[in-house]
Amino acid sequence: MITSRIRRRRKSSERVGSESLMLPGHRMPRIRRRRKPVAGATTQGLISSSDWNRPSVKWGVGAVHALLLVGLVVIGLGPLLWLAKATITPTQDIISNPMAIFPHGATWNNVREAWSPQSVHVGLYIWNTVVICFGSWLVQLTVATTGGYALSVLRPKYARVVTGMLLMTLFLPAVVLLVPLYIMVVNPPLIHHSFINSYWAVWLPAGASSFNVIIMKRFFDNLPRELFEAARIDGAGPVRLFFSVVLPMSKPILGVVSVFAVIAEWKNFLWPFLVLQDASKQPISVRLPAIAGQTELGVLLAAMFIACIVPIVGFLFFQRSFLRGSGLGGAIKG
Amino acid sequence: MNTVDLTASETRRVGVRHRRHHTPVTWVRGGGLTTLLFALPLLLIFGVFSWYPMVRTVIISIQKTNLITYTWVGLDNFRTVIHDPLFPIAVKNTAYFALLALIFGYPVPLVAGVLMSELRRLRGLYAVLAYLPVVIPPVVAVLLWKTFYDGSSTGVFNTILGWVHLGPYYWLSSQQMAMPALVLESTWANAGATVIIYLAALIGVNSELYEAASVDGASLWRKVWHITMPQLRGVMLVTLILQLIGTAQVFLEPYLFTGGGPNYKTLTVLLLIFNYAFGNSLGGDYGSATALSLMLAGFLAVFSLVYLRATRSWSTE
Repeated sequence: MITSRIRRRRKSSERVGSESLMLPGHRMPRIRRRRKPVAGATTQGLISSSDWNRPSVKWGVGAVHALLLVGLVVIGLGPLLWLAKATITPTQDIISNPMAIFPHGATWNNVREAWSPQSVHVGLYIWNTVVICFGSWLVQLTVATTGGYALSVLRPKYARVVTGMLLMTLFLPAVVLLVPLYIMVVNPPLIHHSFINSYWAVWLPAGASSFNVIIMKRFFDNLPRELFEAARIDGAGPVRLFFSVVLPMSKPILGVVSVFAVIAEWKNFLWPFLVLQDASKQPISVRLPAIAGQTELGVLLAAMFIACIVPIVGFLFFQRSFLRGSGLGGAIKG
Repeated sequence: MNTVDLTASETRRVGVRHRRHHTPVTWVRGGGLTTLLFALPLLLIFGVFSWYPMVRTVIISIQKTNLITYTWVGLDNFRTVIHDPLFPIAVKNTAYFALLALIFGYPVPLVAGVLMSELRRLRGLYAVLAYLPVVIPPVVAVLLWKTFYDGSSTGVFNTILGWVHLGPYYWLSSQQMAMPALVLESTWANAGATVIIYLAALIGVNSELYEAASVDGASLWRKVWHITMPQLRGVMLVTLILQLIGTAQVFLEPYLFTGGGPNYKTLTVLLLIFNYAFGNSLGGDYGSATALSLMLAGFLAVFSLVYLRATRSWSTE
């Protein structure tokens, strides 16, 4: 009976595996991969090696290279570079001659003013954002790992129903839940204590991300079943199996889910805007539009630049997880 | 010691006897409780913050409420929305936004993805550059572009266009240009994510097909048209529907750029929902807001189903 169950699990894991998008250890997702890609630099793309020897192709590719680089730098990086420049330019110069580079010298005044507790106090809001991101990350990771583990490895009878309901929520536009969630935070059933201005109102709903649970479940589905059986035979219970076998093997997907959880929360505006009405508790994304009207342009731009630093540095640091996860996003939804 | 042993063997016997009946004891002993404990965070969080609110949405849409009293009003909320003169405007604007975003935003990531995948050197750098706008907080992106769109002759875009003797344009305060301006920013902010999806898909394209085509003497364009595109078809269809679903829910751009103006030219469905529920300082019309959000969700669901049905044969061909 046990062997038949193992066989059944093997079979289903193979089935999932054959259409799987990501196996542990892969550096990039291979979407709809049909055959083993040829490894190394010999991989042939659109342009064959004989093509490469033709001067017209060589020049053409060079031109495309240059165009793409210039285009991406100007379009992708340009606005950010302008923001960085404006951060240390006096407001008067930004307004009167926005494209000139420091016509009357650079100054740290904007940054000082943006950082000052008497003025914008951007540090406080960055800190609030960090607190919000950390709590949301913790809730999301807890729900996704334990839930994914229960659905993929432990597989109770209700797993199928729960997975179906998760898939249903995956396709549900978030706006549908906006009003009932807001009402629940203002006037929760049973508790009768408003959670407006409480970080729990942001942390807990963040956990209800079916995307996280589903990619976690798919990853667990692809872990080798033999290993679980071996651990069970060695006497490991489900708790031990989770902490000592499954989690350590899931570092890549934990990385992907983590960077996306943090960045999504850093970018979030509408929900924290609705539930965190106390200015001293708001994250930077909510605070910036609120002060935009009454703040000197240079100071506002400095605050905006400071708000970008953490996500950009985080992205450059964890770019592999980001780019892998982004490719995965299209694949999972498809 | 003895008694402990006895109870243990007793429960085991009970367990064996009742295995077929699935009593709570057999359930716990079979690991059911541990499993449930693992599933509990998921069930609680989704139950409270996803599944229950889903049901609640439907209920609120047929109620009138001030958060203290709830009265049943049947389909009145839906009638209110449909008879609101702003409703057709919002629908039209949202469709316009989606259309413009499709024209501006759909081909760009595709072309960029195909080009980038061909360039072996610096591909990583290109991917990072393309993705950079995606990690910037959208609020910052919108406020930054709002500065760029400054309508005076010394605005950033007007200065640049002034170099080639164009403008100055009013951008956000112009009825014709406001919406395209919003779409332009939104495309800038989101295209990078789609580029990465294409790039990931292109890595999976079978290189042997290219080799075979080269041997047969196929030109570059024929290879793009007959190998790259067909292999990307599935992903292209997915990104298209994802983009349409995303643009149908555009909120931040109209809310922060224009607040729906000028003259309701950028009022979108989501902004209207927000205005129903939270735009009025006297208290929200939550019924109308949920009614409209349900109509939007229903439309998107039907649209997606029809789309998937219509493209199924084409995508798996």
